[in-house]
Amino acid sequence: MSIMTPTPANDIQDTLNGLLSSELSTDYLTIHIADQIFGIPVLQVQDVLGEQKVTKIPLAPPAVAGALNLRGRIVTAIDVRCRLGLPPAETRTQNMSVVVEHDGELYSLIIDRVGDVIGLNNDAYESNPATLDPVWREISAGIYRLDKKLLVVLDVPMLLNGVSGS
Amino acid sequence: MDDLIAEFLTETNESLEELDVDLVRLEQDPNDKELLSKIFRVIHTVKGTCGFIGLSRLESVAHKAEDVLGLFRDGALEVTPEYVSLIFESLDRIKYIVGEIEATGEEPKGDDSELINKLASVLEDGGVKTTTNEELAAAFAIPDLNEDNDDDIIQEPVKKTEAAGSAEPQKARESAIANQSLRVNVEVLENLMTLVSELVLTRNQLLQIMRSSNDDSFTAPLQRLNHVVSDLQEGVMKTRMQPVGNAWSKLPRIIRDICNELNKKIDLDMKGQDTELDRQVLELIKDPLTHMVRNSADHGIESPAERAAAGKPETGHIRLNSYHEGGHIIIEIADDGRGLSTQKIKDKVLNNKLATEEEIENLSDQQLQQFIFKPGFSTAETITSVSGRGVGMDVVRTNIEKIGGSIDLKSVEGQGTTIQIKIPLTLAIVSALIVESGNERFAIPQLAVKELVMTSIDGENRIETIKGTPVFRLRDTLLPLVSLQELLKIITPHSPSASADNEKSKEPTNNYNGKYIVVTQVGSYMFGVIVDKVFDTEEIVVKPVANMLRNIDMFSGNTILGDGTVIMILDPAGIAKSTGDIDMAERNDNDAAQRAENRAQEKTSLLLFKAGAGAPKAVPLELVSRLEEIRSADVEYANDKMVVQYRGNLMPLLAYDSFITFENVAMRPVLVFSDGNKSMGLVVDSIIDITEHHLDIKITSANDKMLGSAIIHGKTTDIVNVSYFLQHIDSGWYNSRAKKTLNSNGHIDDTKRVLLVEDSPFFRNMLTPLLKVAGYDVTTTGSAAEALELCDQEHQFDIILSDIEMPEMSGIEFAEELRRQDKWQNIPLVALSSHTSQHDVNKGIQAGFHSYIAKFDRDSLLDTLSETFSEARKDYGEAL
Repeated sequence: MSIMTPTPANDIQDTLNGLLSSELSTDYLTIHIADQIFGIPVLQVQDVLGEQKVTKIPLAPPAVAGALNLRGRIVTAIDVRCRLGLPPAETRTQNMSVVVEHDGELYSLIIDRVGDVIGLNNDAYESNPATLDPVWREISAGIYRLDKKLLVVLDVPMLLNGVSGS
Repeated sequence: MDDLIAEFLTETNESLEELDVDLVRLEQDPNDKELLSKIFRVIHTVKGTCGFIGLSRLESVAHKAEDVLGLFRDGALEVTPEYVSLIFESLDRIKYIVGEIEATGEEPKGDDSELINKLASVLEDGGVKTTTNEELAAAFAIPDLNEDNDDDIIQEPVKKTEAAGSAEPQKARESAIANQSLRVNVEVLENLMTLVSELVLTRNQLLQIMRSSNDDSFTAPLQRLNHVVSDLQEGVMKTRMQPVGNAWSKLPRIIRDICNELNKKIDLDMKGQDTELDRQVLELIKDPLTHMVRNSADHGIESPAERAAAGKPETGHIRLNSYHEGGHIIIEIADDGRGLSTQKIKDKVLNNKLATEEEIENLSDQQLQQFIFKPGFSTAETITSVSGRGVGMDVVRTNIEKIGGSIDLKSVEGQGTTIQIKIPLTLAIVSALIVESGNERFAIPQLAVKELVMTSIDGENRIETIKGTPVFRLRDTLLPLVSLQELLKIITPHSPSASADNEKSKEPTNNYNGKYIVVTQVGSYMFGVIVDKVFDTEEIVVKPVANMLRNIDMFSGNTILGDGTVIMILDPAGIAKSTGDIDMAERNDNDAAQRAENRAQEKTSLLLFKAGAGAPKAVPLELVSRLEEIRSADVEYANDKMVVQYRGNLMPLLAYDSFITFENVAMRPVLVFSDGNKSMGLVVDSIIDITEHHLDIKITSANDKMLGSAIIHGKTTDIVNVSYFLQHIDSGWYNSRAKKTLNSNGHIDDTKRVLLVEDSPFFRNMLTPLLKVAGYDVTTTGSAAEALELCDQEHQFDIILSDIEMPEMSGIEFAEELRRQDKWQNIPLVALSSHTSQHDVNKGIQAGFHSYIAKFDRDSLLDTLSETFSEARKDYGEAL
């Protein structure tokens, strides 16, 4: 899996940092949506999927993209772009999704692209800026300052709970 | 909790449940020694085990109860109802203590001395001195062993347990039972079921792949796998099956308590206890069943005095019956009590403002009875400890519908109530029909699907629209339709735009060409779902939808199909709820008695429309052959009259009044009336609705355009005199005689009552409106037997029209029968037949018919009717 930003050197550095001070860092799977990097605590991730055949569900909330079959289990697919209030991607070259479990059910979060697993030092953690967009503030569990970019930590339960309301 | 205690609790609970049934039987037959021994043994086991695991309070109660039972068993004491009640009390105490142990893991604190003293006094009655426990145990243990040597193997080791106080014999006993049956945790079975479900899905996928592949080397093993999986599925399902009697075991006790409390005499008959069904389903129906039986006993069955006064036997009967019927299990609860009081329901409905008085007036008894399924509805005047707690039939119905079942109620006031519950055998695997709508596939549970109809653009299977609402004529009923695509708001690139463009409305049914109607039934409500395509049926495993989708009523679950795709399962009940009123059991009037009762309120389908100023207008729907929208551009004028080219002919158009014109409008709705190859169109403002209503004309009209006015849905509505318009167009349409009878319209005093006996629904439908329009009050029956029933019920008619060729009893036999009895002897009898040879006519006259008419000859029919009546009047005058 290739990544445009951050450079591999940084990743290794981050990972090393993570290993060195394990009690002070957390491992995240990075994902890319539009220009933003997000992180999901790696322990919450069940699976990473490529393009899937999704059955549409009529009358479902707009952020529900449909349902798919993951090895005999039915997984509800969530269009994260829609949930975040972003427009649909102009060019959908590859639809990737990250499968998470919430309340005993599986959800597949459709995102643009999956990055790497990185360990992030707790020193770089900040709580949400007060001026953040309300929808984003709801789903963000905080911000990590990376070298050149900022990483938003996805609060998966909040993301999913808000689907029916949005 | 200690494993030993857990085991004890499970076993004790089971035994106690069995005991409830046994004790009631004991009360009925106190001398049944075998039964006494059985009850004694169970209590004995409880006592023994208690002592063994140190539950002292439970032990002391069980001990004393056992002693008393011992006296009964040995015949030392007569079993009287008081004694049985005392045993019940002890059992309740034991149950209470067991329940507490289950909840808290410990025996509850409390004092049982009162109960123990009562038991002790019984012992004294029986001549047994109250001695210490040890002495008693010893005294009873010895005769036991002697007497029951050949008895069940269970007993002996238990006794040894007591004697030896060691754990070894206890184990031996268990292994003896284990030879035939095995206690398995339900969770293990549930897991097994899930795995089998997955296996079924995988097999379906494999089969699907095989079908599209050319490699046949897998065919044989796959066939084998297919069979094994099917057998496995069946086998695992069987492990979950339990006899329905398990859910009934508490009922005899409940009935007994009610009898004692309310001083009633009730016999509970149970049939078909062995009918098996899925334990999940069984759990879900247990409470609703108990509730309904309790209702029957409390509200249904009257007190012995009331029963005697009503001429019934003092002892009431509640009958429970269950049996299989095509993938369903049917459970019937019938009582011979007082039935539902229509008046009380009416009062309650009005009090709770569930409907207005006008609405109620138009409801049949059966429709009224449906109100008891509404929330918060109880007709019991007082709340007893038995029922009337506010958990009503609505909860029962909800619970039953939740598991895909349906509930049906029939009640005759004074004669009793029968409730029929229909539930699927299992919830796990169902057969479903796969359909497509808007390029998406959906599954509909096969149980709800009655039939499939393919529609065409014209001809018989045409979807018609009323104000854009699609309907379909399914044989002799009008089926409401819903488009699945619209219901689910599926937007496809090809779907027609919502804007009402003129091109579309010219052919309003065009969009439905080649679609399918899935005729669906929920309870007694039938409707059609319009879908694009129908695929085959598939066995599916219903999986619940994700939490965030639970609030969508349209789906009952989802599943994975053979090809691996996820599919949503439609919920027919949800669709029905969102589209119509499922409370109306409108098409359930099959019962002849019911029909005769409702005869006075027979309903007519009316088309309501607006035309000109004033009240809404109505015409009987049967008279309207078609509804069209005619474009203003298509209207032409010939001989100063409006005409339109219609189906290769010229159809004259007539506006309802001169204010309705085609100026300034793109199109107008037109009611088309046809007779043979003649048609005319009545131009109106707008079509409002179609409704079922009793046609009772309150005010007759001076205006020729109207027959009069009636109240429909609380609004004054003018009933349009169709013949006026027909005559206006074509004077030859109706001759002057018809006009005369038409003007003596409405339900005024001299309205002649006509009984039409005709087995063919087609002719019934054809002749009824014809006669009604001619001013007669028409009653129809489908057979001679039904007509004779009306005769028995003292209904009176002025003339009887009867078909000759009918199954069972022919018209000739019917006429002979009528001449034999006196009630209808003098009513003129007219034969309708398609055979009118002189021979037939003579035969008819001989049998007692006054005249003989060919079925299709409507003019001579109307002539004969008016002649017969004028003759009758003359005869009457001469007689005076």
